[in-house]
Amino acid sequence: MDDMAFFRELVTGLNRGLLMSVMLIIPSALGGLIIGIVAGALRAFGNSLVIRIGDGYAALFRGTPLVVQLFVLYFGLPNVGIYLTPYWAAVTGFMLCSGAYQSEYVRGALLSIKRNQYLGAQALGFTRLQTIFWVIIPQAMRRALPGCGNEIIYLIKYSSLAYIVTFMELTGEGKTIATEYFRFTEVFLVIGFYYLILVSVAKIILRKTEKALEVPGFGSV
Amino acid sequence: MSRSEPILKVENITKSFGSAEILKGVGLELPKGAIKILIGPSGGGKSTLLQCLNCLVTPDSGTIWFNGGVVNIQKSKELYAFRQQVGMIFQDFNLFDHLTALDNIIIALCKVKKMSKQQARERAMTELDQVGLGDKGHLYPAELSGGQKQRVAIARALAMDPKVLLLDEPTSALDPELVGEVVAVIRSLAHKGMTMIMATHQISLIRNLADEILFMKDGLIAERGTPDELLGKGCGTLSQGFCDKLNEIAGEES
Ligand SMILES: Nc1ncnc2c1ncn2[C@@H]1O[C@H](COP(=O)(O)OP(=O)(O)O)[C@@H](O)[C@H]1O
Ligand SMILES: [Mg+2]
Repeated sequence: MDDMAFFRELVTGLNRGLLMSVMLIIPSALGGLIIGIVAGALRAFGNSLVIRIGDGYAALFRGTPLVVQLFVLYFGLPNVGIYLTPYWAAVTGFMLCSGAYQSEYVRGALLSIKRNQYLGAQALGFTRLQTIFWVIIPQAMRRALPGCGNEIIYLIKYSSLAYIVTFMELTGEGKTIATEYFRFTEVFLVIGFYYLILVSVAKIILRKTEKALEVPGFGSV
Repeated sequence: MSRSEPILKVENITKSFGSAEILKGVGLELPKGAIKILIGPSGGGKSTLLQCLNCLVTPDSGTIWFNGGVVNIQKSKELYAFRQQVGMIFQDFNLFDHLTALDNIIIALCKVKKMSKQQARERAMTELDQVGLGDKGHLYPAELSGGQKQRVAIARALAMDPKVLLLDEPTSALDPELVGEVVAVIRSLAHKGMTMIMATHQISLIRNLADEILFMKDGLIAERGTPDELLGKGCGTLSQGFCDKLNEIAGEES
């Protein structure tokens, strides 16, 4: 009887949390990717000042724990008059952190494109912009994809830290129920299973994308 | 434009990388239909000169004339338009690795010449047929042999209707058994009257195709003349010594 109530509440709570997690993860992943592409491109091709700023950003967000970043965003910013809701504090933190890692992959991929690819395009009369758009980006995208995909999978897992800024996602919901029923092992095993499903779905999407972009002799770097 | 006026002419080209002076004032003229061949020791500046001709490497000083007018290389628009009309073939092909043979040609026609996709496809097919690769258009560079890659690169350059072709050791990266197919394509271009300047160590190309041989050494053209003048028996020129060595190597290989 008690078990029935527990499991019903667990599943309802976790499903609600799952929805919240997905609402965190999707914008964070997309935002992180966009920031990563812009920051990575600037770090690869910018002038020395831009490169220094980009490197500083990446060093800061890769060099400090995400928990600290979330604390600053949620509890620190109000001191300077900026108030973020728990949701936006979490999304902002995830985007900035993920963007820092993504920029590493993007930068590396852009720099890995061989000089002869630029020369080939320039010799045909491609403009600089056309060369970047039609030759460099399509190649760099394929090079960066595995790393960027990995980062998104990490993001799915570290999105659980949103409960620290009181946002009730999968882990937060689970923790409440676990405390209420004092059944930690079962609850956290089920939470783990939920994340496993999220990650598996992400992996399938990534693999499909990689397949769609696959070119012989490419990407398997 | 009079017949004798060169299509491409450069004067007094200099280029340094850091403190090393690689080109020390080089000039040359390419009249319509001419074939000039650059030879000389490695590091002499042949590649740098060729890349200065279409400004892939920006010369430190010097003037470039094309079709009778000076090319203002400071103006990017003029530079891009100039490069369109000057084809270049590289030692290591420089095909776009993420595109099929056919798409390598189509993308240049669509993006640079603003052709429609359909027109571009037809033209690309024609050019691939010309180099004997009509059935290989769907393959990616990684799936082609070196000789096939170089022939695709030639087809891609020709699709742009260049007035001049610059070739930088087009057969040097190829396995010996694949050299012949590329040499055959270059020969047929010569017979069709294509204006070309080519750096090469391929002895068969040097002797039979050159209107003029330019021997480059230490950033200067040390000798220039017709094959008869430079390679005749016992002329004792630098070019002859160089070609004798190439012959020896070729002899050892076969
Ligand atoms: N981008 C560059 N930066 C520095 N040095 C270069 C560069 N390109 C060529 N060089 C140098 O210029 C010299 C001439 O090279 P190159 O033009 O390739 O000669 P060749 O084609 O006759 O062998 C070489 O010593 C080479 O190291
Ligand atoms: Mg060279």
